[in-house]
Amino acid sequence: MKKVYLNTAVNISAQDTFDQEGFLNETKELSGKTITANYPNYKHYITPANLRRMAEAVKMGVTAATQALKNMAITQPDAIITGTGMGCIDDTEKFLNAIISNSEQFLTPTSFIQSTHNTVGAQIALNLKCKAYNNTYSQASVSFEWALMDAQVLLQQGEAENVLVGGYEELGKEIVTYRRMMEDADSLGIQVPFGEGATFFIVSSEKTENSIELMDIEVWSKISTTSIQDNIMRFLEKNTLQLSEIDALIVGRNGDVFDHYYNLTADLFENITQLHYKHLSGEFYTASSFGLWTAYEILSRQEIPKALIFKGETKSNKHTILLYNQFKGRDHSFILLKR
Amino acid sequence: MGVAITGMGIISAIGHSVEENKTSLLASKSGIGNLRHILTNHSQAIKVGEVLLSNAELTRQLHLPEIHNYTRTGLLGLVAATAALENSNISDCSTYRTGFISSTTVGGMDMTEQYIKQFATDVTTQKYIATHHAGDSTQKIADTLGINGLVTTISTACSSAANAIMLGERLIKAGKLDRVVVGGTDSLSKFTINGFKTLMIQSDALCAPFDAHRKGLNLGEAAAYLVLESDTVVQKEKKDVLAYLSGYGNANDAFHQTASSDNGEGAFLAMQKALEIANLNPDQIDYINAHGTATPNNDLSESIALKRVFGDQMPDFSSTKSFTGHTLAAAGAIEAVFSILALQEQYLFPNLNFNTPMPETGLKPITSGIKKEIRHVLSNSFGFGGNCSTLIFSKA
Repeated sequence: MKKVYLNTAVNISAQDTFDQEGFLNETKELSGKTITANYPNYKHYITPANLRRMAEAVKMGVTAATQALKNMAITQPDAIITGTGMGCIDDTEKFLNAIISNSEQFLTPTSFIQSTHNTVGAQIALNLKCKAYNNTYSQASVSFEWALMDAQVLLQQGEAENVLVGGYEELGKEIVTYRRMMEDADSLGIQVPFGEGATFFIVSSEKTENSIELMDIEVWSKISTTSIQDNIMRFLEKNTLQLSEIDALIVGRNGDVFDHYYNLTADLFENITQLHYKHLSGEFYTASSFGLWTAYEILSRQEIPKALIFKGETKSNKHTILLYNQFKGRDHSFILLKR
Repeated sequence: MGVAITGMGIISAIGHSVEENKTSLLASKSGIGNLRHILTNHSQAIKVGEVLLSNAELTRQLHLPEIHNYTRTGLLGLVAATAALENSNISDCSTYRTGFISSTTVGGMDMTEQYIKQFATDVTTQKYIATHHAGDSTQKIADTLGINGLVTTISTACSSAANAIMLGERLIKAGKLDRVVVGGTDSLSKFTINGFKTLMIQSDALCAPFDAHRKGLNLGEAAAYLVLESDTVVQKEKKDVLAYLSGYGNANDAFHQTASSDNGEGAFLAMQKALEIANLNPDQIDYINAHGTATPNNDLSESIALKRVFGDQMPDFSSTKSFTGHTLAAAGAIEAVFSILALQEQYLFPNLNFNTPMPETGLKPITSGIKKEIRHVLSNSFGFGGNCSTLIFSKA
């Protein structure tokens, strides 16, 4: 089976991450109920006419995707695969509210047309005139992981060489406030703001200078707290890795009661360097793609920004990273990256 | 030969089981009529393929507690997915590595659109805040089926279920799964009714796919799932195979966010890829279950793509959306079940309401049921965003 590599990673988030020079050297502390992303200058990527029409998810997605392709000088990827938990929620809410406030009259199609989950993948294909395989996943906190796994299968089976893979989420205006309201009413609820962002990767079977190997990825719909340690152990065994060979553990802590899963995982290791990121990105269904971006950057740059450290010391050599994310005890993902 | 299909389940406007759907298809009995369950200003101006059962009736049939937070999308999906497993004689999903791949366009919109303005104040509606996203119905169905591992939802508009079925086969071939339940579910909603209304592609009469005077589509709601199993499982469990999924293709039209291209490029590429994977020549296809939504744009673009693939040797084809309406994300799975029924019955289902061939292509779908030897059926599903997918089913 062919090996699978991440060859470039582009991220738009609440932090200053799109500019690829630095790596979380200066970070913004997030507070409040929701946090918008730090939007790049879209004008370099999208025409003014399209900019007026597009919602934030589409703008962020198209921009991050375009930059990722540019980094690898790819004009035609062999597949475009995206993941999003809430989809194009802004246009969805816009169209729904127009229906409600105008009693189903005087509606225009624009926001309906742009409300489907595959809008970002479709726009990217349209811009590139790319007729290749195109797919969109929407499964809560493993939406992005499924896009990545689909790419992994395409590459391993030799059906593609370069796949554009991305996760994106926009805040929207209304449903996010109700979701926040439910969290705030629960003392054990999510403690970081709800956020948004987009991360795109070129995933490839070709090794280049900047390649980081995607050793493996697993997703599980449901794992109990009593079996999480066994699941992690089996995942490492499958990849013939000892616990001691993991140089850093990156988990999706968001301060809610389900962080217990991460504690149990960390307990398996002795003195593991444990990193977290949702205090920097905010929580959203594809926040784990921000996590994967940090892992890619750590391995390429051999540098761990202080802001990511949850516990432990920084090792001098960083070869192998394990990522683990879940949302309210559901939709778990394990990813192994190797330099 | 592809991966074996060992079970199927369906609920649509023409029946609540595979048997009922088959009976309606054989009797040329359409399920399209007046809207019952949704309150909308447009109810007089549209015809729909609605599932007759109300949410309360579905709840009873599924033995769910009276108070639950299933959306209609979830309820329909659970009926069809449970039936698919039963049909495949599977009682325990933990014996093999089993996955669940569903698909939907609007997810929990049917509840969101009713309660969104009450979420802030009415505690009893708040259980639907977390059910809006596409993965909610999938999670609930997977939990009920006892599937805990690879569970996901695909949302590529009206090609969603075809992509879900395709992914199932690819994951079995890649050795990640031994068995997988694949398909899709979508309920009617005010949101989609109004959306298609703004696009002016919804007909106030019964839809007439491929007809020169077609006025647009009828929306529908439905859910359908197939059970796919690896050769090893089929042999070990001595399973009856209903049909094989022998080919699949996914391409993008890359032409327009909602309209299909003049030359049907995306559709053409999807069909070509599927034929290639199935290792079949176009002349080996005995029947095409077309996407055939009955919109002016789709049917012309699809006809041109069909002519590009099949030339003058056009196989018999029909659009069964004249029975069920366009069931959006579920359509690919509904039509997969109908394709398999065609193979089992060796019978072609007609394209209802067709009178006049369109002048651009002169193509004529079959307009009455025909008994015929059928070995390979090709099924098309195309969606907004240029997402085009084709599946090929072959006789067991």
